[in-house]
Amino acid sequence: MADVTLRKVVKRYDEVEAVRGIDLDIADHEFVVLVGPSGCGKSTTLRMIAGLEDISDGDIMIGGDIVNDVPPKDRDIAMVFQNYALYPHMTVAENMSFGLRLKRYPKAEIKSRIDEAARMLDIVELVDRKPKQLSGGQRQRVAMGRAIVRNPKVFLFDEPLSNLDAKLRVQMRIEIKKVHQKVRTTTVYVTHDQVEAMTLADRVVVMNHGRIEQIGTPNELYHKPATKFVASFIGSPAMNFVPCRLEDLAGKLHVRLTDRIAFPLPPARAARYQGIPRTDKLLLGLRPEHITEARPHLAPGVEAFDTVLDVTEPMGMETLIYFTLEGSQVCGRVNPNAGAEDGAPLRLAVDLNNMHLLNEVTGVVL
Amino acid sequence: MTTVTVDKAAPTRKVKYGSMSRDRAWALRWSYFFLVIFAIFSLTPPIYMLITSLKSSAEISAATNPWWVFHPTLENYVGLLTSNQFLRFFWNSAIVSIFVVTITMLISVPAAFALARMRFWGSATLATGVFLTYLIPETLLFIPLFKMFAVIGDWTGIQLINRWYVLLILYPTLTVPFCTWIMIGYFASIPKELDEAAVIDGASWLQTLTRIFIPVAFPGIIAATIFAFTVSWAQFLYPLVFTTSTDQLVMPVGIITSLIKGDVFNWGQIMTGALLGAAPPLIIYAFLMDYYIAGLTAGATKG
Repeated sequence: MADVTLRKVVKRYDEVEAVRGIDLDIADHEFVVLVGPSGCGKSTTLRMIAGLEDISDGDIMIGGDIVNDVPPKDRDIAMVFQNYALYPHMTVAENMSFGLRLKRYPKAEIKSRIDEAARMLDIVELVDRKPKQLSGGQRQRVAMGRAIVRNPKVFLFDEPLSNLDAKLRVQMRIEIKKVHQKVRTTTVYVTHDQVEAMTLADRVVVMNHGRIEQIGTPNELYHKPATKFVASFIGSPAMNFVPCRLEDLAGKLHVRLTDRIAFPLPPARAARYQGIPRTDKLLLGLRPEHITEARPHLAPGVEAFDTVLDVTEPMGMETLIYFTLEGSQVCGRVNPNAGAEDGAPLRLAVDLNNMHLLNEVTGVVL
Repeated sequence: MTTVTVDKAAPTRKVKYGSMSRDRAWALRWSYFFLVIFAIFSLTPPIYMLITSLKSSAEISAATNPWWVFHPTLENYVGLLTSNQFLRFFWNSAIVSIFVVTITMLISVPAAFALARMRFWGSATLATGVFLTYLIPETLLFIPLFKMFAVIGDWTGIQLINRWYVLLILYPTLTVPFCTWIMIGYFASIPKELDEAAVIDGASWLQTLTRIFIPVAFPGIIAATIFAFTVSWAQFLYPLVFTTSTDQLVMPVGIITSLIKGDVFNWGQIMTGALLGAAPPLIIYAFLMDYYIAGLTAGATKG
């Protein structure tokens, strides 16, 4: 068990910087997920922590010791790979015990550790099988078992669920969370799937272009994104962005979307955005769940407007609606009984208490 | 009405379906045709050898049907297998081949592992270079090599020419490049994550090679072994040039030098010797054929 610290870590491939100076503190027992689109440097960062890639600059510390030049085997880490990377010629038990056997652990100790891990992962009856006799989910369990028996300081997961089908992925996600609750080992987990990141993480690190965009708990990222990238990456369906600017109408601060539509801001928001120049090009960020059908009595801060729907997607418990506002496609979520139909007019309400205002040029959330 | 339409439609569909399977049938017929020709072509010499080996010298020189044995006899087999000279050739061949296979595998497996997995300066060029050496024929090399060994003999007094063990130096120049190349292809097809997992599990390079790569690439190793054995068992030019005394000869050269006396060809024993000489590779192929094919194809698809 140990904490992991990254200080200004850089990875350069010839002239290309894959990772551009990352600072990250991972506490003992913490489950941290690195998430971002492909090529954002998340896997490279993980591989640098593992020691599979050299770092070009900066420091990596595990349990307080700088490990920049320590080979992987001496870092006391375990890694789970996307394609499982099980040794095909060994049984499940041999796969799991390979590391321990190399370190010449006593046989009884190895056996008890395998038994314990196999029980935890529910693969007791598989220990004598070869990897090719196992299904994808079982192989992933064995790969995790191989990590658990080592009892390392840090678990590293490199997109471990990407090769599984959607249903199994959800199941294994819960499995991984259960395992972490039991063993409490510090974990760094890489994925491109924001749902996986949100559901598993104590803290999520959103990366883009080799930099950290934002670090926070899943709820912080969802409700208080720092940048447009984070706002659009986290949440599904994604946050809507509509070009807008601020305007003073009748002594109150309004956000103007179109010639026709301008909403008065709730007092708290008005105070926060007062200082922004009225000429700045801005984006109004609204999550789909804050665009719903209008009710007869609007709560404070909720404003209604009329629109014509382009497309509707009934999901059962809700219906997703799509319409166009100032040339941008906007998604909302309405009650299935709200009468939303393709091409039909509908009166909608936006909850401005949960709005975000972004600088269109810099992408910073104001 | 409907039934009539269906009836009418049925034959057209059937014809179309039939024509497809007819294509396939013709393809099969052609492939069998060429396979049979190929089989006849490659089996005729050994069958002729077998027939001749069962004849006495008198019957071979008699003007009878050469494709039939009228008085079968084992005298050629008895003659060769009781001849100390022939057994010496066989023994030399066996010793040389076993040593060469061992030397080859000890060099080419670690070499291939290094070239496939350890990225070091010039490793890609070196891998290509290994392959290029295989393309240089021994007919081009035997004279300079002979000269080299003669010079070494003059300078150091170590006499290598006309010693069977000179072949242990010569044969690997043929086997090592090809086996290394096969193994590079095979090792390259092993997923990178497998050795990364081993590295994280605490394995050294040597342990990764011996405990992960060699077991996983075992079919490839079998294929390389068979190849090395076949090459060294059948090699003719180098032993012909570098060994002359009868006690130093390997079988292919031994047969022609001891059984052809001037212009007298002892055909019965020549055929018998060649047949006996072909037996060990045949037996090995028969037992390891599945491994051999698996090894070659696995290396081929990814090489």
